[in-house]
Amino acid sequence: MIDYDKLLSGKVKEIKPSGIRKFFDLAASMKGVISLGVGEPDFQTPWAVRKAAINTLEKKRIIYTANAGLASLREEIASYTKDKIGVEYDPKSEVIVTVGGSEAIDISVRALIDPGDEVLIAEPCFVCYAPIVEIMHGVPVPVKTYKEDNFKLKAEAVKEKITDKTKLLILPYPNNPTGAIMTREDLEPIAELLRGTDILILTDEIYSELTYGRKHFSITALEGMKERTIYVNGFSKAFAMTGWRLGYLCAPAPIVKQALKIHQYGIMSSPTVSQYAAIEALTKCDKEVRKMVDEYNVRRRLVVDGFNKMGLECFDPEGAFYVFPSIKSTGMTSEEFCEKLLSEKSVAVVPGNAFGESGEGFVRVSYAYSLKHIIEALRRIEEFVNEHRG
Amino acid sequence: MDKLIDLLSQNARFTNAQLAAMLGRSEQTIKEQIKKLEDDGIIKGYSAILNENLADKNTIIAYIELKVTPERDSGFDDIARTIMMYDEVEAVSLVSSGTYDLSVTVKGKDFKDIALFVAQRLSTIAGVLSTSTHFVLKTYKEKGIFIEDEEIDERDYVAP
Repeated sequence: MIDYDKLLSGKVKEIKPSGIRKFFDLAASMKGVISLGVGEPDFQTPWAVRKAAINTLEKKRIIYTANAGLASLREEIASYTKDKIGVEYDPKSEVIVTVGGSEAIDISVRALIDPGDEVLIAEPCFVCYAPIVEIMHGVPVPVKTYKEDNFKLKAEAVKEKITDKTKLLILPYPNNPTGAIMTREDLEPIAELLRGTDILILTDEIYSELTYGRKHFSITALEGMKERTIYVNGFSKAFAMTGWRLGYLCAPAPIVKQALKIHQYGIMSSPTVSQYAAIEALTKCDKEVRKMVDEYNVRRRLVVDGFNKMGLECFDPEGAFYVFPSIKSTGMTSEEFCEKLLSEKSVAVVPGNAFGESGEGFVRVSYAYSLKHIIEALRRIEEFVNEHRG
Repeated sequence: MDKLIDLLSQNARFTNAQLAAMLGRSEQTIKEQIKKLEDDGIIKGYSAILNENLADKNTIIAYIELKVTPERDSGFDDIARTIMMYDEVEAVSLVSSGTYDLSVTVKGKDFKDIALFVAQRLSTIAGVLSTSTHFVLKTYKEKGIFIEDEEIDERDYVAP
């Protein structure tokens, strides 16, 4: 008998299973669950994009592309990025097309982290950063954000955690799970703190197109930041293209050179059909994106209003498609709240502590659902809250 | 104002409180804006979208294409107005097809009921040159709503 436990990587075994995963397994095992849990758009990929993929299948050979991605797609990414955040990248040496934003995060961290390096991570946040850092024998250092600050990352909090081992700051805004954004004014103190240091930034801006009322701003655009920043974005959220598995990173050439080695050995090249379709998304889908954002905004307002009215205080999230109401007034922990809500009312939301300790006392609610669905879910949650109010 | 119309078209039974929340306006504003839309004749009414099959098994709908000779002064309007006066007629539109001019939606008890209505009432109107009747066998989607099936959320519980 093989004792697998002895053979498997100790480092990988140490990694905690994802808190979202745990909860989703429970929800998936039940029938008739109304979910506000899923983190992907409910919209169809715009038709122009699907049509471009069909044309590609009909007329082109589906072969590997260049390791870094189709040259024409990289050019469009550079021009789109310049247009959106005002920063110029050289498509030949500073852009890699990746398998979703996820791979971009993975190869960025792997290109930078040596054992013992510390990585500051704004928290609560998406669940993948810390495990990837740990696999590299790095040390994830959460930097907590608070509801009182609208979950914005504060320079003082970052400063407290900086040591001589700090190598990287991960900046995930617009934020999953809180919906918080960082404006130029919010980012300036962080930039000021890092100027003149050797600390790099990984800015995960996958939700950059989904902001409400305010245009997204990237830290990359601030003075002295481009040279120390890896900019990650992708097609999943903005263009409702999750299943196409396509994202990208833009970064200084020396970083791209190393990250590209990992990408080429691990992946070879990103999906070819998706890459051709992505050109269409970047160049022809502005109207569709605006329409989706408009629709999300209507739902966002309804959900925020709903939670505030039922007494679960909810700050006004300006980005992504999540709201992050506080459930502290119920006296339950995040997990208790979610498990009871699921078993008593068959509604699935995700416990806030799945996104880090500072998410305790909150739940993540996705509004990537139809109005009809949202109204019914809110009705059930309100019932639940009323029944549990002592 | 546009987004309000859009939401009411999706579901006229959203409450003023819900609409106010969704649009970030006060309930009073919503009330006034809806009243204005009604007063201005932009909103003409509110009706339920039915699955006719379940609502009344003895109802059948047909689309009738009418080719007509426009009248000297009134064009197609007079004929259209004559047609729309019948209770059996649900909808009348002038279309730009080239093969026919007026599209008429008729509701009846059965095939024969509608066929007789077309033969006796519509084809006999002066100016009507020809009719072509298409019976609706099944409605899949109406006013943006799936009639036969619920829209299925195929998204799975995927998470890292």
